[in-house]
Amino acid sequence: MATFFGEVLSVYSRAVEEDDYDDAEEENEEDLQIRREIEEKREVHIKWCPEVSKAVESSEKLQCSDLIIAVGPNAAGFVSAYVLSSEGWTQVGWVSLWNERSRGSTRLDTTPLPGEPGCVFYQQKSCPSVLICQCTCYIAEDQLFQWAEKVLGSMQSRGLSVTVLSDSPLAEYKTPHYVNGNAAPFLRALKTSTFTDNLHCPLLEQPNIITGLPAAVLNQCQVQHVPAVLFQCFSDVIHPDSVTMETYKPTLSCLRTQVKLDTSPNMEILQKLTRVNDAHGNLYT
Amino acid sequence: MFMSTGERAPSFTGFTLITPAVSVGNVGQLAADLIISTLDMVRVGHFHTDCLIPMAGNNPYSSGEEDAALLSTNAEVYCRGDLQLAVLQIRTPILPTKTKSFRKTLLSWIKTSGFSRTVLLSSCHAHHRDDQQLLTSPLRYLLTPALQGDTEGTLQRLGWREMERVSAFPGVTDSDRQRLYIPGGGVTKALYNSGCSENMSMAVLLLFCSEGDNIPDAFTLVNHLNDWLHLLDKPVQGSVPWRIPSSWRLLFGSGVPPMIF
Repeated sequence: MATFFGEVLSVYSRAVEEDDYDDAEEENEEDLQIRREIEEKREVHIKWCPEVSKAVESSEKLQCSDLIIAVGPNAAGFVSAYVLSSEGWTQVGWVSLWNERSRGSTRLDTTPLPGEPGCVFYQQKSCPSVLICQCTCYIAEDQLFQWAEKVLGSMQSRGLSVTVLSDSPLAEYKTPHYVNGNAAPFLRALKTSTFTDNLHCPLLEQPNIITGLPAAVLNQCQVQHVPAVLFQCFSDVIHPDSVTMETYKPTLSCLRTQVKLDTSPNMEILQKLTRVNDAHGNLYT
Repeated sequence: MFMSTGERAPSFTGFTLITPAVSVGNVGQLAADLIISTLDMVRVGHFHTDCLIPMAGNNPYSSGEEDAALLSTNAEVYCRGDLQLAVLQIRTPILPTKTKSFRKTLLSWIKTSGFSRTVLLSSCHAHHRDDQQLLTSPLRYLLTPALQGDTEGTLQRLGWREMERVSAFPGVTDSDRQRLYIPGGGVTKALYNSGCSENMSMAVLLLFCSEGDNIPDAFTLVNHLNDWLHLLDKPVQGSVPWRIPSSWRLLFGSGVPPMIF
């Protein structure tokens, strides 16, 4: 669709499928079998390392005071470069899932390797009740609810506080004023009813909405009455970059979490993360 | 599953439930927005289900800074006790593989909550109309057997038209198989059929429309509904003053750079 100003937008149809699918009430046994198998294959599983799973089994739920979930390349990069770079963190589990774009099919039972897309849990050594989940893989729409339900369901909801860091392109941000690149990157927050702490950034204004994993986590926290807050970073850079990552810094320092934040990012990790920005294979390199 | 936001679960016994079907042009959802916004309905709970795509935002009906910070989710229930009215607003599409499960969850909630009747706001592709339908008003209704009787008479007096059944094989004269055909209606037909077979009091309001800016369609549908339910008094002159929610702003994107002019 071309707009008044001539730019072409990729607009998907909001029309709903014709309802003839529902006439297929008389599904046969084989269809059901296939459907069941697909559903099983797409199921989300959480795998804890032996020490944690022992604790989970004994008290049934994991004791956790703070859960930080980083979704998207910039948020995950921030966690890698500023938080996990210090020695005080151990990997304690991961989420295993399969879909069309995250084909971990061959190795559903092994941890994602460093740098490979996945959802990995880290625990702080000095304070084991602080967990970080770094999520860099694609999670399909039908798996989001299950992901949030299973992850939050495995934790004791009393005393739990959830922080979600996420990023999205500036083009998705709607405002009556024109946003130029100078303002980006910036943060907007969204919180559940039970979250009472002061926020240092503005709330996400209507008509902006959040979808994907952050939305699924917030929905789950809202109905479980778990205090949760989402910090959404709007950035005008396509690839992960250090300026966008730095935007998240105040989000953790102002929270009552005991997470120690490195004042300067780990350069080695940062370089690895932002390497995609470098020019590749043009005439002069 | 219905999750109350307050300590106590609200009672819906004897209430009328209005809910949109996610259908072409999102007309039902827009009409539900107008009702919630204009009647200042209070949110009483979330409809928490895995059948809808997750979504979150701040208060879509906020009138200023003070009431903006309220997390709203993909499906929520709003209520007005004095009018005996509840609205289930659905804000995202139903996952294609979960339509059947969604239908079941919704119907069982409606049944256990004790609603006296359910009004489903829906729409249907305008380009699928036949010659007869093209010549008449774009609005149609459907009633389940449990709601016929009095309501049917009321609607007939208002001059409403029932959704026509079309023949399964047009042109073949000796086939008298008539079927309900609601293209672009999403779960409308399935919900209506379940409502009939499970003896529920359900009315479906349909509007023939096309995709685009469907705000005028939403006004048409909600005014039509108001003729029947009298949610708001109709002024002697002019139209019913529906209040557009703040979340309808910026439908066509952000502001443009001032330098281009």
